[in-house]
Parts: sequence; structure tokens; C-alpha cells
Amino acid sequence: MKLLLEHADKEGIRYYEAYRKHGGYRSVEKAFKMTPDEIVEEVKKSGLRGRGGAGFPTGMKWSFLAKPEGVPRHLVCNADESEPGTFKDRYLMEFLPHLLIEGLIVSSFALGSHATYIYIRGEYAWIVDILEEAIGEAKANGFLGKNILGSGFDCEIYVQRGAGAYICGEETALIESLEGKRGNPRIKPPFPAVQGVWMRPTVVNNVETLAAVVPIINMGGDEYAKIGVGRSTGTKLISACGNINKPGIYEIDMTQSVEEFIFSDEYCGGIPKGKRLKACIPGGSSVPILPANLLLKTAKGETRTMSYESLADGGFATGTMMGSGGFIVMDEDQCVVRHTMSLAHFYNHESCGQCSPCREGTGWMYKILKNLEYGKGKMSDIDLLWDIQRKIEGNTICPLGDAAAWPVAAAIRHFRDEFEWHVLNPDEAQRRNYGLAHYADPIHVPASA
Amino acid sequence: MSETPKLKVTIDNITVEVPAGTSILNAARLIGGDVTPPAMCYYSKLEGSGGKCRTCLVEVSKGSEKDPRPMPKLVASCRTTVMDGMEVKSITSEKVLDARKGVVEFLLLNHPLDCPVCDQAGECDLQDLSYEHGSAGTRYEFNRRTFDKEDIGDKIQLHMTRCILCYRCVFTAEQLTQRREHGILDRGDKSEISTLLGKSLDNEFIGNVIDVCPVGALTDKTFRFKNRVWFTKAVDAHRDCPTCSGKVRLWMRGDEVYRVTARKDEWNEVEDWICNTCRFDTKEVKDWVIEGPTKVSRQSVISQNHYVNAKKPQNVLPEVIGKDPKLLMDIHRVSDVNRPEIELSKIDGPAHSDDFEKKDK
Ligand SMILES: Cc1cc2nc3c(=O)[nH]c(=O)nc-3n(C[C@H](O)[C@H](O)[C@H](O)COP(=O)(O)O)c2cc1C
Ligand code: SF4
Ligand code: SF4
Ligand code: FES
Repeated sequence: MKLLLEHADKEGIRYYEAYRKHGGYRSVEKAFKMTPDEIVEEVKKSGLRGRGGAGFPTGMKWSFLAKPEGVPRHLVCNADESEPGTFKDRYLMEFLPHLLIEGLIVSSFALGSHATYIYIRGEYAWIVDILEEAIGEAKANGFLGKNILGSGFDCEIYVQRGAGAYICGEETALIESLEGKRGNPRIKPPFPAVQGVWMRPTVVNNVETLAAVVPIINMGGDEYAKIGVGRSTGTKLISACGNINKPGIYEIDMTQSVEEFIFSDEYCGGIPKGKRLKACIPGGSSVPILPANLLLKTAKGETRTMSYESLADGGFATGTMMGSGGFIVMDEDQCVVRHTMSLAHFYNHESCGQCSPCREGTGWMYKILKNLEYGKGKMSDIDLLWDIQRKIEGNTICPLGDAAAWPVAAAIRHFRDEFEWHVLNPDEAQRRNYGLAHYADPIHVPASA
Repeated sequence: MSETPKLKVTIDNITVEVPAGTSILNAARLIGGDVTPPAMCYYSKLEGSGGKCRTCLVEVSKGSEKDPRPMPKLVASCRTTVMDGMEVKSITSEKVLDARKGVVEFLLLNHPLDCPVCDQAGECDLQDLSYEHGSAGTRYEFNRRTFDKEDIGDKIQLHMTRCILCYRCVFTAEQLTQRREHGILDRGDKSEISTLLGKSLDNEFIGNVIDVCPVGALTDKTFRFKNRVWFTKAVDAHRDCPTCSGKVRLWMRGDEVYRVTARKDEWNEVEDWICNTCRFDTKEVKDWVIEGPTKVSRQSVISQNHYVNAKKPQNVLPEVIGKDPKLLMDIHRVSDVNRPEIELSKIDGPAHSDDFEKKDK
């Protein structure tokens, strides 16, 4: 089922002409025949959940937007995409920039945003050019600027580059950064819906979320809601990587089973060299890792599917999360301790440093994990790690603290024996060379690049 | 004046009524005592402060009369406003005590516990916090983060090694001075307070960053290591100052004024900001109208040297041995310390044996 990537392989789809020829910008024309409230209603009916990580219902988020008299409102597109393992927005913007712009125009109209921003990860420098070119084309064809399609609605889209900090993907840090300040998360409340960019009511949404508004308006919210299962409606982009034969971006409908996703030729194509599946982080690096047995089947023995509910089934004891859809597969040769250390290093490096549990705790966890990985750990370190992550989780300003704690918690919960092995076999832990083979897999680039 | 309706909030089973918009922390401060959560980054006189250190976490076991559901996570009491009928657990919650202990441990990871050689000892919020809410040891076994001392102005010494990144000095500089030259560089546990490319802090009110710093990271160069705070006596004084209110606290020993600070309330927060001239340049008794000894809480080490109702411990030795003990050495005579003609407060920097020699010869 393809809604977003339907035309991804069409010749020249990056440019206005081809995009328009394949039905592009229809949703804008349709949206202008509706009232903003009707569009919000359609998005509510679609059951669309935010694709940036937390999975909050988009329609509901939109309806929370404060509308004080005479105060401008803003829509901000979160294109920071810095979660390790997540690389879907990048391709969406690179190959289908007009799809995002189309979604942004409809959403801006629905929310009453005349100045809309795309906050994009600094490292995506070349995509900035692609987006700006596409914005220019949209403007030249009357889809942006003053009085769009004679509707009386004015809208400009501005692209703002970040400087490459993961924390600037967190919505309030993003807003601070957009305002030209240090990217520190704000303390909530007040929420962005009340006081966001320049203290004005603001909605921050992920690239994929905003792109999904296009098919929702085209097909109607009810039809969109029929795709998928339960509260996981529509399609989801999954960026698959790690030890699989076919890394890349896949658009799935969320009835897909995890097993089929990993092993079928249509998707990841199984694990290289016939190795066994060991574990998977299915939603970007911050979500809990699951061992193979819990990944393919839930604790109740049911087939696990790639939906928000099914992945979360069992809570953190036996489940995980959909997150941003960064699907990282590990084969039997991968070392969980090493991976956890690597993630801890990342979160330590990216912590903004405002609150003490995250600032100090992430560094401490990384140092202990480094000791364990290099055969210098003690048994008591494992319990200490557990205690540290417990004291970070839930006690910080923003969810980065949780994102740093969960991978450690899940690794200890499911792979304690591996941590103990590192303590009991210090020499072997030092000699064992896990290599970086799983990083060497080329990333699949569609042929039209 | 119309009465604004008061909200009822219960903290550790004690109920108080507060105006709407009051934070849980300030409601708890009305009750006082052990119920009051500790606060390292919140500072009521600074707009937007708080929420960062996480020492003031509390459990909200009932949201409000209208929505009695408990809050799912612990909340920062300094940044959470009360609702009518809210029930809060501070020291009656295991979760809170556990989290607070965790926060203290985190704060102490990179803050050396070297109070004996720190100028802030006796006035340090972190020292009090770790004493009241921490555990005796730390489980941290790695090297601590250290920084070189940095000169950020002729009157203020920054020693980042002790900084707990509470951001108070940043807010102070931003809100009290016209040109802000300092802020936070870098991220995570590499963050540091610094000035813009070697600029110095010389704004008229910048001295207040010393008062707000809860630890010994920012200290007064005109006072540093001249004395220990518990040897000085604090008196309230004022002068006619064209720049600030001129209401200060003098820290004296004998007739010498060693240090001038703003007056602080029971939460260790300044009552009025003071200007640099009052703080650094006005250190003669004659410059000031002395109001009287400062009221200092009995628990504080500063009360050591405090006159009001001070009771000298009884020296039982003469009674026991029936005569005054014979001194083997009179340290004051031998060391030349405390000789009336040497004014310690006037010496540039901590006193040193050379200072005595120079004057003698
Ligand atoms: C540390 C951190 C990093 C984040 N990074 C991103 C990101 O790169 N892209 C993104 O869309 N959301 C990111 N988020 C989530 C955003 O805060 C926010 O929830 C999201 O942009 C909302 O969009 P949605 O409702 O469309 O999912 C991050 C959150 C945290 C806590
Ligand atoms: S949790 Fe970490 S990243 Fe988030 S505000 Fe606190 S220190 Fe910054
Ligand atoms: S120098 Fe002091 S006031 Fe400034 S952030 Fe550090 S601890 Fe806080
Ligand atoms: S005092 Fe509340 S978080 Fe620091």
C-alpha cells in the first residue's frame, strides 16, 4: 500500500511539472473549497498519529491550538530527523519535496499560519536547496505567496537550517533554536499550542505527518482510517537498517507482521549470510530493544505487527514502541553491550545539559558501559546502571532523559546474561572484535536519484 | 480591593491557602520546615528561573478538586502551579526522597566535596542539600570534570569545576545588566559558564551573580580566602547610593569590613540587588550607616560568630584543673596573625606570610 511514495519513482517527480502531472496539488484545490475547521475535522477522522516519535493524534493536537484574536499562529515542520536509525524524512524531502510543500500549504490553511517554517537538520544541506527550489516553483505557480489560488489566503514557507544538534528535534528546543537562541528545551507548560514561536500559538509536526495530510484530504479522512488497524491508521514509512539484505525506506500499512517485514523479499529481505535474528530496535534508537522471541510474537504468543499498539503490547516489560520508525535489526553476531554503549555515548553527547539527571546521568552511564564493554566492569555495575537509568527516567525536563534511559533499561532487562558475560570473561571481552560490519552496509538509494 | 479567591493545597497533610498562580514550592515555603522542597536553580527574584536542577521534585497525589487524578510523574514544584484541592507529597513520598537522593548524587558527581578549601563553605546550598538529602558516599568511580580557573573580570572569579549549571547567573546577567557577555557554552556534561570570547564581566550590577551562585563557582575576588565566613560577623547597613537601594550586609571582623553582599532572606535569596560600587568599592565603616546585627538562623554555621543572644560555651578546663592552663605557645604572638596594625581586608588576595614580613621589615 503506497500513499506517500506512490509516485516516488516517476521521472522528474522532484520538479513541479511532473509532480503536478501525477496529480500533485489537488489537495490544495480541494482544501480551499473547505473551511479550516472542516480540514481539521478530516484529519481527526483519519486517525493520523504524529510520525515524529510520540504518536500523538494529529487532529487532536491541531484542535488544541489557541486562537487568540489578532495574534498570528505558526506551523513548524520538524525536519530535524536526528534519531539514530531514522532516515525517512530525508528521502521524502529529497525525492518528493512538493509532497511536503503541498501538505504544508493545506495544513497552514487549516491552522491559519501565514508564515510556516521548515526547521531542517543542518547536515541535510543539499536538501535545503531542493526544498527552496520547490518552494520557488510552487510560488511561481500560484500555490504560495499572496492570495493563493484566489482564495484570499496568504502563506510563505521559510526553510531554516539547524546546526546539527539532536536536541533541536525536541519541539520546544526547536522553537528556541528557530528564534535564534541556544537549543534548550523549554519547561512545559506553557505548551507550544499556547506559546510557541515568538510566544505565538504554534503547531510542530513531523515531515511525514504533514505529508500524510495530502492523501487524507484527497481520499477523505474516513477512507484513510480504513487503512491499517485499530488506532494505527494509514501508512507508515519505515527506515530499515542494520543486518538486513535490503536496507531502505519502506511504506507499509500497519497490519504488516514484523516477521514478514524482516524476512520477506518485498521488504528487508532477511538477514545476510543466513545468520539468525538476535534483536531489533524497531522505532529509532530511543525505543526499547527487543530480543527476537519477543519481537516476532507478543508475550501472549500473538503475531506482532508493525502497528503502534502491537509494538507497544506488554508495556516495557515485553514490548517496545513504534517511535519514529527507525528499524534497526541485529544479527546473532552483534553485541548488545557494545550497541548500548554506543547509544549511551550518543545521548551523553547530545544532552543539552540543562537538567542535572540527564546532564550527569548520561555521562555516568556511558562510562560504566564503556568499562563493561572493554572487560573492566564489575557485577555491581549492572545494578548501578539500572539504578542510574531509573533515576533519570521521568525526572528530566524533556524526553531526552527518557530516551537515554530506555535503551539501557531494556538492554539490561532482556540481555542481562550478556552484561554478566562481559564481567566474567574480561579477557575475551577485550579481544572480541565485533567490528563495524553492520555500519558498512550501503544505504539503498532509489534509482531516480 | 476585591479579594482574589484562594486555592487550597495540601502538602504532606498540611493545608494552606494561596492565591492562584502560586507554585507548589512557594506554597510549601509558606508552611516552612522540612516540608519545603530544596531548590538549587529556582530563584524567586529571577524571572523564568527554575525547572532545571530537579531537586525540588514532588509527587502530586491528587491533581485538584475537579480532576483528582494523580500526576503520572514527579513534577518540579518550583514550576508547577497549585490547583484548588491539590494534594502534594514531599517528604512523605518514598518516590520523592529516592529521586531527590538521586539528584543530589548527580549534582555531586562533578562537584568536588572539598568544602574545607572552598570559599563558599558555610554558605553553600549544595553543602546543605547533600547533608540533608544525600547519602554519605558516592558510587561514582571516574575522574571528575575539571576546568581551568577563568578570569572573567577584575572582581569576579569563576571556578567552573564547582559549577552545578543552575543557570542563575545567566538569568541574573540577562535581567540586571544591559549588555550580557556571559552564558553557557557547549552541551551536556561539557557545558560551561563563560564569557563571550574572553570578555570580562564589568556591568554595574554584575556583582550580583556572586550572590545568586548557590555554590562556590563565582566568588568575590575582593574577599576570596581573606577569611572564613563563620569568623566574620554580619551586620545590616545602608548608604545613600545613587545606583541601587544601598541596603546591604557587611561582613566584619573587628572594625574591618571584609565583604559586602546583598541582604538575603531565609531562602538565601537577595532582598534587593546591589550595585558593584556598594559591593566592591565601599569597604570603610565610615561609608555605612550600621543598622545592627543581622538575624541569622540558629542552625547556620554563620551563627557561630553572631552576637544576638550568643552564648559562649563554658570553658570547663580551669575548673577541672583548678587553674588556667599553661600555654605552650601563643599562636597569635608567634604567627603575627591578628596583629592590630595589619588590616587583612586591605591585602590584595589571601593573606600570606610575605605580607607580614613586608610590613615588619
Ligand atoms: C530529544 C528529542 C528529539 C526529537 N527529534 C525529533 C526529530 O528529529 N524529528 C521529529 O519529527 N520529531 C522529533 N522529536 C519529537 C518532537 O518533539 C515532536 O514530538 C514532534 O515533532 C511532533 O510531531 P508529530 O506530532 O508530527 O509527531 C524529538 C523529541 C525529542 C525528545
Ligand atoms: S533531559 Fe537532557 S536534553 Fe532534555 S532538557 Fe534535560 S538536559 Fe536537556
Ligand atoms: S556559576 Fe554558579 S550561578 Fe552560574 S550556573 Fe554555575 S552554579 Fe549556577
Ligand atoms: S529548584 Fe525546581 S528544578 Fe531546580
